[in-house]
Amino acid sequence: MPKFDTQVQELKYRILKEVASSYDKGTLDEDIDKIPYIITPHGAKPTFRCCVYHEREIVKERVKLAMGGDKDNPNIVEVIPSACDQCPFGGITVTDACRGCLAHRCAQACRLNCITFENLRAKINKDKCVNCGLCAKACPFGAISNLKRPCEASCKVGAISHRSEGSTAHIDEEKCTRCGACSYSCPFGAIMDKSYILECIDMMKANEKGEINAYMIVAPSISSQFHYAKLPQVVTGIKKLGFHSVVEAALGADMVSYYESKELSEKGKLTSSCCPAFVRYVETSFPTLKQYVSHNLSPMAMIARYIKENDPKAKTCFVGPCIAKKMEMFREDSAPYVDCVITFEELQALIDMRGIDLASLEESPLDNASYYGRIFARCGGLSEAVQEALKERNDPFVVKGVSCSGLEECKRALMMMKNGRSDANFIEGMACVGGCIGGPCCLTHEVRDAADVDKYGRESKEKTITDAVRGIMAID
Amino acid sequence: MVTLSICVGSSCHLKGSYDVIEAMRKLIKEKGTVDDIDLKAAFCLGKCAFDGVSIKVNDKIITGVTPDKVKDVYEAEIAPLIGK
Repeated sequence: MPKFDTQVQELKYRILKEVASSYDKGTLDEDIDKIPYIITPHGAKPTFRCCVYHEREIVKERVKLAMGGDKDNPNIVEVIPSACDQCPFGGITVTDACRGCLAHRCAQACRLNCITFENLRAKINKDKCVNCGLCAKACPFGAISNLKRPCEASCKVGAISHRSEGSTAHIDEEKCTRCGACSYSCPFGAIMDKSYILECIDMMKANEKGEINAYMIVAPSISSQFHYAKLPQVVTGIKKLGFHSVVEAALGADMVSYYESKELSEKGKLTSSCCPAFVRYVETSFPTLKQYVSHNLSPMAMIARYIKENDPKAKTCFVGPCIAKKMEMFREDSAPYVDCVITFEELQALIDMRGIDLASLEESPLDNASYYGRIFARCGGLSEAVQEALKERNDPFVVKGVSCSGLEECKRALMMMKNGRSDANFIEGMACVGGCIGGPCCLTHEVRDAADVDKYGRESKEKTITDAVRGIMAID
Repeated sequence: MVTLSICVGSSCHLKGSYDVIEAMRKLIKEKGTVDDIDLKAAFCLGKCAFDGVSIKVNDKIITGVTPDKVKDVYEAEIAPLIGK
């Protein structure tokens, strides 16, 4: 059994696998109403909700999302109202741990004089409190906590709100960057990404019939996934699914760093364009900085374009840890090249639906990109690669880069650039904390992930960016 | 016009695709047939088990190509098609 971080992910996976399996056999129409009963069978005890009927209702909604979700909702991320627990969100709250001490550091810390004492316990005047948190920091007992909904706390762009006490989460479609942090953080699994797993199966089948050549483009963060098998076995598994060829997105990353280093030294100031959630964040929240966003395609689209230029029968599917890539495939600049996007969770579901045992497969090599292309998967990798590309091209331009891990750091760097208070000339923007290895649809998030990516990078045949791109650029 | 695809898939890449590409480009330049040959890359021609690099001349797949065999392959497979 594959390992997941949480049971939410496991439930998502089980449903994806059922939907994919029925579709693969051509029986989804008949099976669709049976899936809730497969997940929560007759006679089962409820495991995460009041009753089995509620649980089956949630499964039904997740089945819809596995089949592509609400076509009228432009967002990739959707709230499942029946799954939302309408968590409390009282903000700064005094808990039972308050001991009614003499020092009253909380009251001293409060600049707005919100805190009074009743029955030897601190009491907060909610009409005046602005949830600054100074009292919580001051309390030596940690007796004051900030009650927030996990989804709202995870959304660093403030796109999630509740309309009233006891209402379900609401996503502001305009503000949302599609980073997917909320979907990973919701302990009830009430926020989920739309799936294009059925389109992926269509692609596999068309390839088997010889109608197309299906290419799977794998994100370099795959090196920190599928711990139970070797990466070359995963490659064989993907081919067994019906893909003509497996290509590293990291080779696209090598191409990106080559072009981006040129663009940076020409323009003098730049932000990266690899992370679609970051790009959308700049476009929606910092429109005046849009001009600085690199005009390069993302590594995914860059390599997909290259594949399509060389093979007119090609169709491309990207697999990664990312929800925002599902939005990127509809962007005008990527749409002609990228036909489908799935996640590692979805790939796991596809592999298991066909009963492929990865650990028993022979190995197929996966080696095109350089060390630098591969380390794009972790925060800081892109800046290192751009610096290396400048060096390799003997370009004297000096990079003063800032690598942003997560949207909170992106916000800070962008604010400083906007106000002219930054001496940085290159912003590497990663919407997920840690970079792509922190993506919402990674099977696991572990401390060793960044080290795994670096190790995978060092295994490359090509040691420099120029080496990795010399063959294909020469053909260009 | 001859379409010449050189496999740069992982397996061929490890066996030296880029060296074959460079040797082929050099030769095409020497022969003055740059305009007669559309040189492309291919990700996997499905002949991974063979030694050397796979290439495709129009619809014909040729396996086992190495940089020192490039000239022979050119003379035998490509030259007759373009008559040069």
